[in-house]
Amino acid sequence: MNAFQRMNTALMIDEGKKIFKVSRRAFVDPDILEAERAQIFDKCWLYLGHSSELAKPGDFVTRSVGGRNILFARDGKGNLKAMLNTCPHRGAQVCREKHGSAKSFQCFYHGWVFGLDGTLRSQPGESSYAEDFKERSTSNMQQVARFESYRDLNFLCFDKGVESLSDYLGPVKEYLDVICDQAEMGMIIVGGTQEYSMRANWKLLTENSIDGYHALTTHATYLDYLKSATGALAQVAFEGSARDLGKGHAVLEYKAPWGRPVAQWIPSWGEEGKRELTRLYDGLVKRFGKERADRIATFNRNLFIFPNLVINDIMAVTVRTYYPAAPDFMNISAWALAPKEETEWARKYRLFNFLEFLGPGGFATPDDVEALEQCQRGFRNSAEAQWNDISKGMGKDNPSYDDELQMRAFWSNWNEHIFKVPA
Amino acid sequence: MHTIARTDVEDFLFAEAELLDEWRLPEWLELFTDDAIYYVPATDLAVDASPDNNLFYVADDRFRLSERVKRLMKRTAHAEFPHSRTRHLVSNVRIRKHIGDDIEVSSAFITYRTKDGVTDTYFGSNRYRLVPGNGTFRIKEKRCLLDSEGLRAQGRVSIIL
Repeated sequence: MNAFQRMNTALMIDEGKKIFKVSRRAFVDPDILEAERAQIFDKCWLYLGHSSELAKPGDFVTRSVGGRNILFARDGKGNLKAMLNTCPHRGAQVCREKHGSAKSFQCFYHGWVFGLDGTLRSQPGESSYAEDFKERSTSNMQQVARFESYRDLNFLCFDKGVESLSDYLGPVKEYLDVICDQAEMGMIIVGGTQEYSMRANWKLLTENSIDGYHALTTHATYLDYLKSATGALAQVAFEGSARDLGKGHAVLEYKAPWGRPVAQWIPSWGEEGKRELTRLYDGLVKRFGKERADRIATFNRNLFIFPNLVINDIMAVTVRTYYPAAPDFMNISAWALAPKEETEWARKYRLFNFLEFLGPGGFATPDDVEALEQCQRGFRNSAEAQWNDISKGMGKDNPSYDDELQMRAFWSNWNEHIFKVPA
Repeated sequence: MHTIARTDVEDFLFAEAELLDEWRLPEWLELFTDDAIYYVPATDLAVDASPDNNLFYVADDRFRLSERVKRLMKRTAHAEFPHSRTRHLVSNVRIRKHIGDDIEVSSAFITYRTKDGVTDTYFGSNRYRLVPGNGTFRIKEKRCLLDSEGLRAQGRVSIIL
């Protein structure tokens, strides 16, 4: 046990004095990353992918999740399978393509062939093996310990004894419903993956993804852009609240002046856009009543699902997940989520909106990358300058979207996982 | 009108690279037609994918491209303040075909970006649609096809490729 673990917490909290501080060693210490791998990424539900990515039997993607190589496939019966992408024979990765469609998977090393569900079908020299070799479950590609879904979002967990995904998500489900209910025929992942990285600790992106406080300064040029683009702003002020959803999950729900393809109109979308958004909004009212329709259409949501999934329902919808490669380096994957039945007009403007703000080539994300990398540089001074402050809004009955309640929710849960005691 | 030689195109593309490396972005923007587009698609898409139904890294129309230039020249474009140093290398230039008066050109590129002691390399091919006129060209379309698997190594594309 190192000195940090003996400390038994990474947090300094005094509710009365409104103090909430996080030790900067949590962002730089290799022992902490090791503990995170064992106690968080090996124990929590992790996002694998969306059902729409595997539209038909035989479709597959390979993906790195929680340090494992996963083969995610739709088998011949249409069932989704999450397998460890390693040959039961001698360990080689069986599938070496990032995505595609297959009838079977063959390990090229010795030629073993597996069905779409990972069952061993044949291997060269079968007569040299035990008669019941193919009936043994150990001859098949191994399934992940747990695999469950909610609203076409598929999760896995490497801990067999974990609670159900439904219990794990708890009140998060209601927010996923609000996001997914904008579609009548279900949501789909649009083609194209944004894969990027930051030279920063992964938890910095958790904080940043649910940080309503940094927009005016970090994203000054994005806001300048909205102001200079004719008709890019609705007459709506930033206003909203933050909620701790338990188990480290949190959400911001707020109004903002940008256009939303479901469904907040901005003048630059013209009459065609107005007709389209009115039709979408009327459809929502018909299905859900005015109150819920207003919530779906006009409120933005930055939803954080512990430990590393962000679903932001803002000027477009993004699904983003990220993993540490080292204390000061993370890999990020991001996708665009959209209603399946969306018209060409709405899809086009949704994606145009997405790139305005989001992603490593957008007008905002590169500045987030810069901010997080500068934090990581600042942490080189962590032996002397030891603490981060996330006390904004402490003691308020209704914390604002630009307070830091949601970060305190994350860190309290993180601390419990790492040190096994409530903060 | 004289026949367009590859060297004419090369001279133009080398001059474009120089404007980018010298951060003369407003002048660079003037190389583009009023209806121009500038694309950097995600790397798991087909080369001719459309940004109308696929997720890109960058899909600018002329207005947004001008806003990108405006943004990059500000101190508040934090990712590029202070400006990184870049070197755009252009090679393997070929005139692919003639479309009316326009020409379609392909080139290979390597671009280095260095800032804060870190050097990133971007590499791939560019597809241009160029409009000849007045002894030079204007860019109607520039599509940067990265050869890397995503932007895992570089993290972002905060400069213009």
